[in-house]
Parts: sequence; structure tokens; C-alpha cells
Amino acid sequence: MSSEAQHVALSLQDHLPVLQVLIPFLAGPLIVLLGSRTLAWPVAFIASFAAFVCSGLLLSQVMNGGFISYHIGGWAPPLGIEYRVDAANALVLLLISGISTVVLPFAKPSVADEIPQRHHTLFYATFMLCLTGLLGVVITGDAFNVFVFLEISSLSTYVLVAKGASKDRRALSAAYDYLIMGTIGATFFVIGLGLLYMATGTLNMADMADRIAALGTNRTVQAGFAFIIIGMGLKAAMFPLHHWLPNAYNYAPSAVTAFLAATATKAAIYVMLRFMFSVFQPDFVLDMGATWIIGLLAVIAMFVASFIAVFQNNFKRMLAYSSIAQIGYMLLGISMFNLNGLTATMVHLFNHGITKAALFMAVGALVLRTGTTFYDRIAGMGRVMPFTGAAVVVGGLSLIGVPGTAGFISKWVLVQAAFDNGWWWMALAIMASSLLAVIYVWRIVEALYLHAPNPEAEHQEAPLMMLGPIWIMAGACVWFGFDTELTLGTARTAAEALLAGSAGMAEIPTAAMH
Amino acid sequence: MDTNTLIFLAMLLPTLAMFGNMGFHNKPDLRDGFTFICAVLTFTSVVAILSNVGNATTEEISLFEVFPGLDIAFNVEPLGLLFALVASGLWIVTHVYGLGYMRSNNESHHARFFACFSGAIASAIGIAFAANMFTLFLFYEILTISTYPLVAHKGTPEAIRGARIYLGVLIGSSIALQLTAVIWTYTLAGTLDFTQGGILEGKVSGVLVPILLGLYAFGIGKAALMPFHKWLPAAMVAPTPVSALLHAVAVVKAGVFTMLKVGIYIFGIDFLAETGASEWLMWLAAYSIIAASVIAMQQDNLKKRLAYSTVSQLSYITLGMALATQMGVLGGGMHIAMHAVGKITLFMCAGAIYVATHKTEISQMQGLGRVMPITFAAFLIGALSIIGLPPLGGSWSKWLLMVGAADAGHQIMIGVLMLSSLLNVAYLLPIVGRGFFLKDATNNAVVGIREAPLLVWLPPALTAVGCVIMFFYAGHIQAFLMPITGVVR
Repeated sequence: MSSEAQHVALSLQDHLPVLQVLIPFLAGPLIVLLGSRTLAWPVAFIASFAAFVCSGLLLSQVMNGGFISYHIGGWAPPLGIEYRVDAANALVLLLISGISTVVLPFAKPSVADEIPQRHHTLFYATFMLCLTGLLGVVITGDAFNVFVFLEISSLSTYVLVAKGASKDRRALSAAYDYLIMGTIGATFFVIGLGLLYMATGTLNMADMADRIAALGTNRTVQAGFAFIIIGMGLKAAMFPLHHWLPNAYNYAPSAVTAFLAATATKAAIYVMLRFMFSVFQPDFVLDMGATWIIGLLAVIAMFVASFIAVFQNNFKRMLAYSSIAQIGYMLLGISMFNLNGLTATMVHLFNHGITKAALFMAVGALVLRTGTTFYDRIAGMGRVMPFTGAAVVVGGLSLIGVPGTAGFISKWVLVQAAFDNGWWWMALAIMASSLLAVIYVWRIVEALYLHAPNPEAEHQEAPLMMLGPIWIMAGACVWFGFDTELTLGTARTAAEALLAGSAGMAEIPTAAMH
Repeated sequence: MDTNTLIFLAMLLPTLAMFGNMGFHNKPDLRDGFTFICAVLTFTSVVAILSNVGNATTEEISLFEVFPGLDIAFNVEPLGLLFALVASGLWIVTHVYGLGYMRSNNESHHARFFACFSGAIASAIGIAFAANMFTLFLFYEILTISTYPLVAHKGTPEAIRGARIYLGVLIGSSIALQLTAVIWTYTLAGTLDFTQGGILEGKVSGVLVPILLGLYAFGIGKAALMPFHKWLPAAMVAPTPVSALLHAVAVVKAGVFTMLKVGIYIFGIDFLAETGASEWLMWLAAYSIIAASVIAMQQDNLKKRLAYSTVSQLSYITLGMALATQMGVLGGGMHIAMHAVGKITLFMCAGAIYVATHKTEISQMQGLGRVMPITFAAFLIGALSIIGLPPLGGSWSKWLLMVGAADAGHQIMIGVLMLSSLLNVAYLLPIVGRGFFLKDATNNAVVGIREAPLLVWLPPALTAVGCVIMFFYAGHIQAFLMPITGVVR
């Protein structure tokens, strides 16, 4: 590797992995330094868009297999920090940066409505830090670096959630809950890392994987595994560690909820996958019996959380519980432990992200006109806000998994995975849980359309600045229900690499950069 | 014109009508005229397809591939063409009827109503020409969603409740059961293309065959097989044109059409006959036929009675498939057309009575036959066709079904069909009898003939004539459908 370090003529393209994180990371402080309310949004948007371009370029390089290894500062791993991009995390990077780029235009009118003016500059700065943290968690190939970025994203998330306080003071206690639970999760994660470091003496994931394989059965490693899975499970809102989620989503400002719901839990699921399959071996996970535990919890989540969602009278809270149920589908895919199962997890990660982004943004549009998210107060608004209402219907159908929407594709692959294992009863269970989704989606559709519009609300369609992003996401829900080359193709490549275990990590990189 | 272009035209024109209704929602005459033209052109396209290909099966054209082995594709085959002809042909009649009904009844939201109506026709045509189970399922779901606003149209609590049952049963059964069956089939066979002789033979065996068939049979909620029939009576809160076209033709026929497609092209009749996997379905269909007829007798609301009659008649078609004989399938296929024309007549008459007198209960209709002779005459003809008496269309499909039952060695099914005919007589003819022979208790003086407006009474009169005509052309329909049994002409 040292000979490669002498390359000097590196183009900008070779630095994409670090730029991916660096651009939003620098944009945050820049916004604070500029200190201008008018400049805050443009800087944030440009940074986010640049990150989106980076992830698009990265994905195009790895979507057919192979990976990019980037050595920060030219320090070769395992001593230096390595960024490692393959199909699995490139897809998640694209999701995170894409959602942030779409949500930001939406955030402009929404934030102006929901957050006092003096906080705006700091809001966008924090938003950038959160984006940095999430991207960093996903892109890095260094286990401790994951923890560092996780804390960056978590801390900024707590702030973002607390920003909802000017509208409802309960945002503060929601943020506090989230802080406590999130910190416990992060602590578990770092304890797990400590145990692994103790056993292996390295923090680079690929290196760690090799050494764990050489160790054989080892209590310390097993304990480390358990701590990491539970820590990340907390971050991913895995049932029954989901308690922080409904309040955090409910009281956070609309734009924050839309961004977080589509990205934060997905990043955690990704880290879980990466550790389970690439750092530990698939065989190791099977020996631990982790698939049964995760599978059981996933099925409970699918039914219990959906069931709770049915009885909600608050649109945002209903969607929050639906998220917990949908995370159940992703975890179920992992527990199936076959190619289709992991593909389903990866593709649902993406498809559910865009679906929830569309729905939570539509909630934001309703909040702008009615000031609330309760069914009785947003009743009939589908008639006066036809485009917002239609987006809710499209997003809702995708949530159910009706054919022609992105959600259908994930569900199809997941059910296929169940049949691959010969679990036809599980296939029926998956479909039966979708029925609960039919009920909770239809309750909101009925509320929006089959009542007279609330007379106290402002009877006007949401501004274009909101409708544009909402419909980009709703359109994406339909688009990815038909054109699955990007989503399903990449997810399958990713699943193949993950199932190969650490072998998927140890191959020669298609490109080594530093 | 090229057949493939015509297929797309047949789906595009109703879609165009849908957007036309949205765009011109403030100009009623332009809007309704435009829809009428689209309806006529749609029917013309389907007829042109008929003249192009006859009863041949065309190569499938793939629109695009969702993922390998799963694409959105269309082709023409006799059963689908028959369904498309019935749906598009009756759309013209119903549109005219709908105009008269909606205007003289002062219903609201005409534009939304006709837009959803056109959307439903577009998806019905999509179902008819689907070349694989995935495409069919896609349009099946669109059909459910586009008809939901029609059922909830009146916006009253009762309408909302009915619409909720409608959507719950149809979406619920299709997602939970049918989709599972579709994915299972795909995992087993690696394809979902409708293939003569089926795609499952040798891929699945033993007890799993009836289970898979059960997932389909119950998952196709639109076929209203008991116990998944509740949505149909619940949907009767919709305005009558909806009940007429959608719940006598497009929606329910899409259900039994799917049922036949699955039996013929996914399982294959021979495979079903060999494994005996459909025997339980045959008994269930028989139960459905009798039980629904018995329930129909107890209904005083005219539309509810017709709804249960539909439940019963739909099971004839399911029975035809479950018999797993050539004649049974032919009879089932033909019954799609025969029952459609007969039942739409009955529904339109029910609507005409409502428009003229605002009466919905059968017990209120004494002596009405003398006030509305044309409507009641049309009702009589439609009823006789449903019962299956010559010289009306319904007699032939029932005849074929009986032959099919004899072929399958299930003579008892002939008994079931005959008993059902008797029950039909018992619940349909008293309505006509009351109308013509009983005197109105409250109003003794006969007020003279007072029919509903022309646009409302003319369409059922036309379809009643259609019932008679189809009796004489049944042979053509049978010959036309022959290829679906796998017999080379």
C-alpha cells in the first residue's frame, strides 16, 4: 500500500468518499460563521445537493459489485481510518443524501412556520451536522469511527427534536427521552466495541473480521456481539426498544421528522447488517441464535406496532408506529438469512425511506394549514388540498404494499424469501400484517376525504416549495414500484456481498484511494 | 389498425375519459359528450381487435420488465376478449343510463363520479388483456381503488360504512391471500405467464395444491365466493348505475374472470382434474349458490336482493372452473356474458323504479308494473334470463354447466343448478307479479303510465332485447370460446 501512497495526481473523483462526509461537515460551521439567516438555507441546500451528487457517483461505481477503499490522510488501514464503499452502503448513502436534498426545500416554508426566526441559522447548521453524522456512520470502515459519527448524528438529532418546543413544549421531554435512550444505545455499542477491541486488538472492520474468524468460539466476542446488536437495535427502534420513537417523531418539527424517519433508523439497520455479516461471520450469527430472536421480535413488531397504529388519532403518531412495524419487516428479512431476505431488507430500507419521507412531508403541509395533526382537525383537508391529499394516498398505498408502488416490491421479495425457506405460514403472516396497514392507512384517507373540511383551518393548497418535494417523493414511490433496476439490482448485489461474510470484505478493492 | 395499438387504445381511451371528466368538470355537456365518444371508441377498438384476431391467442407484448421474469405484458385470448367486449359494450349503455339517472336524481359530484367510472373501465380492460398474473393483479387492485369513491359517493355514514366493508374485504383478501398465492406461484414456477395447460403441473403436489387453489379462490374477493361475499351487498349503497355496471359487470366479472384464468392458465384444467384439488371448491361453490339464493329470498330491498342473486350467480362460474371439465369451463366463460347482460337489465330497472318513484323496497312496489310497463317488462325478461329459461341467453350457459357437471361425474351438481333455478324463480318473479297483479294499497286509482325519463328506461329495454338476441347467438360464443379448453378447432 505504501507504494500507492506516492501517487500524487489524484483527481477530485478519487476523493469522493471523503468529500461525501466533508462537505456537509464543513457546511455546518460555515453556516454558523456566516451567521446570516438568508444565507443559511442556500448553503445547507448546496452542501446537501453536493453530497447527493457524491453518493450518486459513488453508487454508479459500485452498484455492480466491488468496493472502494479510501484511506483518510493517506494512512493505511488498519492503523489509519478507512472509508469503504460498496453496494450496500452506497445505496444507504444515496437514500440519506437524497432525502436530505429533497427535504431541505420543504423545510424552508415549514421551518419558517414552526420554528422561531432566531433559531433558523442554528437549525440548518444542526441539520448539516446530523446529515454528516448519518453519512459518516454509513460510509466508514472503521468500527470506532462508526461510534464517533453515531454520536455526532445523535447529539444533533436531540437538538433538532427539541426545536419542536416552540410549538409544543412536550418536544423537550421527548428529546430528553430520546437522549437517554440514545445514549444507552450508544453506550451499549461502545461497550461491545471495547470487548471486540480487547479480543482482537484492532478497530478496522475488515481486519477485525479476519481476527474474529481466527479466534473461534470466544466469550468476549460473543458478548461484544450481543452488546452491539442491542445498542444498534435501540437506535433502529427494534421492538421492544422502540419507546423513544413515537414521541420523538411526534413532537419534532415536521421537516425533522420527515428527514429522521427516512434516514436515522435506516442507518442503524445498515450498521447492524454490516456488523452481523461482514465483521462477524454469517455462521457466527447463526450459532448465536440471533436470527430466531430478531425474527421473533420482528414478527411481534409487525403486528403489535401496526395494531397500535390502527388506534391512533394523530397522523404523525400513527406514522411513527407504522415505522416501528415496517422496521419489523426489515429485521424479518435479516432473520430469513437467505439472499432474498437480505435483498428485501436492503430494498425495503430504501423504499420505506422514500415512502415515509413523502408521508411525513405531507403531514408537514397539513400542519402548515391546520396547525395540528389530529384526525378530527385535519378532517376533510384532502378536498381543499387535493395534491397533498393525493400524495397521502400514494404514500399510504406504498405503505400497504399495493402493486405499482415501491412498497410492493419490498413485500414481494420478502414473501419470496419466506417461500425460499419453506415458511409459507410466515408468508401468510407477512400479508396478514399488511391488512393492519390497510386499516390504519384507510382511517387517515377517510379522515382526509369523507368529512367536511375543518372550518378553522386555512383552506388553501400547500405552497409549491412544499408540494414539489412531497411529489418528488410520492412520484419516487410509484417510479420505484416499476423500475427496480436501481433499487432491487443494487440491493441484490449488496445482499450477495453481505452473505459472503468477511470474504465480501477482504477481496481486492476495485479502487484504492487515499 | 395493428392489434397491439388497439389494445393500448382500448385502455387509453377510458383513461382519457377519466382525465376529460376531471378537466371539464365545470362543463357538464362537453364532459358527458366526451365520455360518450370515448366509450363508443373504446368499444370500437375492442370490436376491431375481434375482427383482427378472432379467437386466436396473440403473442404477448411486454410494456416493461419490473424485474426478471416479472413484466407488465398484454395479449389477446378469447376469454379476455369476451370480457373486454362485455365491459366496453355495456359501458356505452350504462353511461347513457348514468347520465339520465344522475341528472334526474339530482346527485352531486357528477365529474368525480364519471371520472372514477371511466377509470374502473380502463382497469377492467387492463384485466381482460393481461398476459400474466402480475399484470392482472396490478389492474385488479387499481379497479378496487378506483371504484371505492363510487361506493362512498353519497358520503352518508351508511355509504361510508358500506365503502369501508367494500374496500376492507377486497383489498384485504387480495393482499393477504391472492398476493401470497401469486408470489408462491412465482417461486414455484419461475413465471406468471398465462399458458395453455397451466404452469404448475409437476411443480407442486399433494395437499399444497388445494391450499394454493384456496389462496386464489378466497383471495379473489371480487368473485364473492362465500364467506367473502359481504362486500357485494354492502356496496349496494352506491348509486344504481354503479351497481349496474360495476357490480353486475366490471368488478364482479373481473373476479370470476380471474378465477377462470387461474383455473385454466395457471393450474390447467387437466392438472386440476388429475389432482382433484378443486373438488372442495366445487362443493363450496354449490353451497354458495344455494345459500345466497336463500338469503336473497329474505331481502325486501330490491338492490340487496339482486346483490345476493349476483353472489349466487357468480358461484356458477366458480363452479364451472372447479368442475375442471371442458364444458364446465366453457359454461363458466359464457355465463360471464349471459349473466352480465341479464343482471345489468335488472339493476337498471331497479334504478328506473327509484328515479320514477323513489321506492327501494319490494313490498312498496305493488301495482307499479301498470305505471311503468316497459321497465317491468324488461325486468321480467332479465329475470327469466337469470333463471335460465329459453329463449333467453342465460339458458345456454346453465345448460353447458350441467353438461360439464355430468362430464365430471358429479350429477348432484345438476341437481344444485336446478334447485338454484327454482329459487331464482321464487325470488325474482314475485317482484314482477307484485308489480303487475297486485293493487297499490294506499293509492287505488291507477295514475296511468308514468315511466322514468327516456335515458333511464331505454337502456334496460335495450339490454333486455340483448338477452333475447344472445339466445340465438350462443353457439357463436361457444365456438368462439372453444380454444380456452385446449381443443384445437
